[in-house]
Amino acid sequence: MKNIHVSTTINGDDAEFVCAPEETLLDALRNRLGLSGAKEGCGTGDCGACTVEMDGRLVCSCLVLGAEVQDAQIKTVEGMAIGEALHPLQQAFIDHAALQCGICTPGILVAAKTLLERNPDPSDTEIRYWLAGNLCRCTGYDKIIKAVQIAAADMRGA
Amino acid sequence: MQYMKPQTAAEVSDILARSEGAARILGGGTDLLVQLRSGMIEPETIVDIKHLSGIADITAEDGGLRIGAAVSGQKLGEHEGACAMWPGVVEACELIGSTQVQGRCTMVGNLCNGSPAADSVPAMIAAGAVVRIEGPDGPRDCAVEDIPVSPGKTSLGKGEFVSSVFLPARPKGAADAYLRFIPRTEMDIAVASAAVNIELAEDRTIKSARIALGAVGPKVVLVPDAADAIIGSKLEDPAIAALVRACEAACNPIDDKRGTAEFRTTVAGVLAKRAARIAMTRAGENA
Ligand SMILES: Cc1cc2nc3c(=O)[nH]c(=O)nc-3n(C[C@H](O)[C@H](O)[C@H](O)COP(=O)(O)OP(=O)(O)OC[C@H]3O[C@@H](n4cnc5c(N)ncnc54)[C@H](O)[C@@H]3O)c2cc1C
Ligand code: FES
Ligand code: FES
Repeated sequence: MKNIHVSTTINGDDAEFVCAPEETLLDALRNRLGLSGAKEGCGTGDCGACTVEMDGRLVCSCLVLGAEVQDAQIKTVEGMAIGEALHPLQQAFIDHAALQCGICTPGILVAAKTLLERNPDPSDTEIRYWLAGNLCRCTGYDKIIKAVQIAAADMRGA
Repeated sequence: MQYMKPQTAAEVSDILARSEGAARILGGGTDLLVQLRSGMIEPETIVDIKHLSGIADITAEDGGLRIGAAVSGQKLGEHEGACAMWPGVVEACELIGSTQVQGRCTMVGNLCNGSPAADSVPAMIAAGAVVRIEGPDGPRDCAVEDIPVSPGKTSLGKGEFVSSVFLPARPKGAADAYLRFIPRTEMDIAVASAAVNIELAEDRTIKSARIALGAVGPKVVLVPDAADAIIGSKLEDPAIAALVRACEAACNPIDDKRGTAEFRTTVAGVLAKRAARIAMTRAGENA
């Protein structure tokens, strides 16, 4: 087994790590880079807790090999707040109780952020379909959808 | 295990040919990584084909579209030309998984994984799509329906892989549609599915058709009898009834907790009927 050296960009910063060929991006983020925001729920692409953005597209980091992110642009939940200032989505999730245990939250925040970048004014149905790959066991989805709507309105300056 | 990212088709086929079946192509990885992690497969080599030139491009060719093997479902759905020309293929592809899966999954991976329930496969077969295969003897083309053999098995030979899918040009007054049945609204595997592609004549009767069914046998099937049942008609009731009978006759499904064989057979006929009506309406709109 040969270790692979990977250079990539994470949340705008250059990052390097060494990983085994079968190691996933999720494991590399958590174990090699100390970025524990992305969570492992299922490891099979079903729950979305490990969601990150890769070259502008949402992916399950448990279904990407670490070796595949050479020269890629990765964005994780750690890159959402700017200094101490939370992203409007993060603030709305706190203010409107859109989380309980929080395991699903990083994945949902990253997914919702990508949605709002593409569509600043999504309908409830559009949000539900976009987030269909993010499972939440505790909050139920209504509060999450509501928080996304509130953050979207906030970001539109409404 | 080793991870390789060759730059040319010749290198890929050389790695595949030399490794005697112990190498696996990595496209979007949404099937492959699940299989790796569950221990279902233990390849010696993972061959990432995403570094071949043009492999992630959609290009116009002979009035149709050539879609590289590494084009993700989401990228295909963003392509206006593809959506306008082959709406059924795009809608089938967009049913695969979640937004996250869509960011990575490919039609070619869907095909080469060999699942009889693969959503994009009936749509590609109905479209008359052709894959370009690269291998030790150079490139060859093959109809999509000749790729799946049985669950998990394809007809690809030693050292061969698929580099692109070609969706042919289509005349005015032609369209396609794809429908599947799943017990929930999202994120599930088809219990039965149907794709219909039709072309209308000047007088708005059906001039030609291709109909394919998924999840109702060991592989996705083209059903020429169902197409014959509607050719020459305007999709009136007797033609629809004959189409449904032909589809049901072509079913050879399994019985499981997600649907009995009888249920799958009935549903396949119903889906084919509805997909035919959608395709007919779409074809009329662009005649
Ligand atoms: C959460 C989740 C939900 C899903 N939902 C659906 C669904 O609704 N419908 C559905 O049909 N599928 C579904 N799938 C399965 C999967 O996403 C699709 O089959 C997808 O299209 C596979 O494409 P890929 O590029 O990721 O394939 P990969 O995983 O990269 O490859 C799949 C197989 O094909 C081989 N292969 C890949 N590319 C080539 C090539 N160019 N030449 C030769 N062989 C190749 C690989 O070696 C592997 O054996 C789902 C998967 C997940 C994880
Ligand atoms: S851990 Fe990746 S989708 Fe569940
Ligand atoms: S808050 Fe617990 S899983 Fe969503």
